[in-house]
Amino acid sequence: MSLNLNTQPNADKPRSLKAREPQADLVFRSVARAAGGLTIAIMLAVGLFLTLNGANAMHIAGWQFLTTQSWNTSIPKPGEFGIAAVLFGTIQIAVIALCVAFPLSFGTSLLISEVLPGNLKSTFVSIVDLMAAVPSVIFGLWGVFFLQANVIPVSAWISQNLGWIPIFAVTDGSGQHVTEASNFTSSSFIAGIVVGLMVVPTMTSVMREAFSQAPVGEREGALALGSTRWGMIRSVVLPYGRGGIIGGTMLGLGRALGETIAVYMIISPIFNINWQILKSGGNSVSALIALRYGEASGFGLSALMAAGLVLFLITMAINFTASTIVARSRSGADN
Amino acid sequence: MSNLLPSNLVNQTFTPTADRGEELPKRSITAFQFSDIYNAAGAAAGALALAALLFGWFAPLQSMIGFVVLSFLFFLLFFTLLTGFSGNREEITDRIATTLMYSAGFILIATLLFVVFFTVVRSGDAIGHINFFTQTQKLTGPLDPLTSGGVVHAILGTLIQISIALAITIPLGITTAVFLNEVGGRFARLVRTVSDAMTALPSIVAGLFVFSALISTGVLQRSGMAAAIAITVMMLPIVIRAADVVLRLVPHNLREASYALGTSRWRTVWHVVLPTARSGLVTAVILGTARGLGETSPVLLTSGAAADTNVDPLHGPMISLPLQVFTFIKSPEPNMIARGFGTAAVLLGLVLILFTLARVLGGKAPGQQSKRQRMHALSQSRQDEMRIALKHKAREKAAAAELRANSTASATATTPIYEQDLRPRRFGRKK
Repeated sequence: MSLNLNTQPNADKPRSLKAREPQADLVFRSVARAAGGLTIAIMLAVGLFLTLNGANAMHIAGWQFLTTQSWNTSIPKPGEFGIAAVLFGTIQIAVIALCVAFPLSFGTSLLISEVLPGNLKSTFVSIVDLMAAVPSVIFGLWGVFFLQANVIPVSAWISQNLGWIPIFAVTDGSGQHVTEASNFTSSSFIAGIVVGLMVVPTMTSVMREAFSQAPVGEREGALALGSTRWGMIRSVVLPYGRGGIIGGTMLGLGRALGETIAVYMIISPIFNINWQILKSGGNSVSALIALRYGEASGFGLSALMAAGLVLFLITMAINFTASTIVARSRSGADN
Repeated sequence: MSNLLPSNLVNQTFTPTADRGEELPKRSITAFQFSDIYNAAGAAAGALALAALLFGWFAPLQSMIGFVVLSFLFFLLFFTLLTGFSGNREEITDRIATTLMYSAGFILIATLLFVVFFTVVRSGDAIGHINFFTQTQKLTGPLDPLTSGGVVHAILGTLIQISIALAITIPLGITTAVFLNEVGGRFARLVRTVSDAMTALPSIVAGLFVFSALISTGVLQRSGMAAAIAITVMMLPIVIRAADVVLRLVPHNLREASYALGTSRWRTVWHVVLPTARSGLVTAVILGTARGLGETSPVLLTSGAAADTNVDPLHGPMISLPLQVFTFIKSPEPNMIARGFGTAAVLLGLVLILFTLARVLGGKAPGQQSKRQRMHALSQSRQDEMRIALKHKAREKAAAAELRANSTASATATTPIYEQDLRPRRFGRKK
């Protein structure tokens, strides 16, 4: 009261606007913050444990870990084991998967957001969501027991007629073109198709969301100027949805890189770089881990952890970039 | 027309006369045109015929997929030609683009249906025997007929593991989503970015993490608990993300109304935000569960394979359905493969049930109520009204009695305010 500058003794004093938080709110806030912290802690723990356990193998192999093709961890010395071949195989399968998934998800997301009427639209969205929920082991079963037998003739046809393109050629050790069906089984091509079908839902939902946010005014403007539907899509929807297309594709790529069980079921593992995508044999980092964790002990496990760490870092980098692109292209949402 | 107007009005706006010159044929502005159907049907017939001719006549039918791909290409070609007869380039491009979009959607649906039906049809051999649902694999070898052995142990294992995972995921995931939306701040943004990135965590890495952090350090053995934790690591970001999206849709004016009534943050969350978003949150959790059920690779590293029932999540290997599928089909024996398909069908059935449940329960925007919920809310607010009115009346009576006791003889002719009927009018009329 003594600090009151007002001359009148009983003058109204502005009420303090500082809110005193009730006890319950303090508790609530700290619990919520703790939950958020725990989530981040789990994430950091994943990276931390992989680094700690992989450090031993990384230390011995050095940079040759990234350039060596074989995987022989029984005698730990540099040059004996590395992820060059499996990393190549991972990326190869992921790229084939994207070649399958991109046109499918691009077309489906445009179909859902631009063409289909209301109730059909929500049915289609449910179907895409359902496809995301189908377990990967079931896709793997389908790939092994159905798709493989039906893709082999197609592979053989491609390699016969387009064999002059190096990646489509299928040759034996002496460089002769081969045509027996057994040379086409368990290839990266088949694994790529199955993985591609598995990442379609992820890509479709991101793209669909981006397309549906294209402003109505611009759409109607394009249509009013006499544009056809495709003309409107090309001039309005696609420019607005560019971030969604790029981001969705990258998210799909991240998924495709990490897919394990379907690849493991289909591919016949090899440890050298195989450029011929139609030819039997390939590998991926996750399939390598699933294949070797059982017999690995001590040092072998450390090497697998190092491989897992590389996969983890690559997928996280791709994913962070993708979500940044999607978030930046999304209008309205603040974060 | 301009020569009819005074020269100073030529460059000004004027109302056009009714005479518009010769009438052009009206353009159809409907999106749907019958000629498209004829064109599509014709192109399809032609494409099928040509593909059949090529495959059946010139080369023996080798591959279903080759036939389908070829007929599709022919279809596009014929469709372009047919549309080209009547339309200009823009229209042709539009039709082809639309056709391609429909084809993409069709391929997607066809693949999904095909994967599901293929699994169900191939599972018929194993599922047809009742013992498949009542026995375990303990006494059954690879060469035993399908009338022996079952997967009840894997079903139990899956249920136990997913229950543990849900017991961790639901509180943690929803609290984190609440944190992202209701508390906010820079730390919340970091959490959101990290959990978004975690949705694409390779499943094998999640398994490897649990293996290195818990199993190789000796905290846990290969067990149901370890598998459940690996599944949790996979499910948590999915649930957080889905719940975050749902909570973001809760209208802000509901929150503001609650704060304006002087409610604390915590009560606002508990009584306003969460109930409003309930159906969406249920959907988020169920979809996360469906994903968690099907995870194979984290379980492969952490749970270990068992042939018999194990209901103790802390000790000994506990197998789950996806891992059981994987174990069965690694065997070359046809009976084991049949069992693998049977198990896959059971797994798929569980996922489908959960998914349907999610669609039935959820799919409603926050704040949208069903008829029953509306009735319930109405009756509850009636009860509240009555409760408040009764309390009010009791307080009035007490005050009146007190006053009467204090001032004994000074009763006036006019009714004092405390004896007037202050009950809400509606309550008085209702009965």
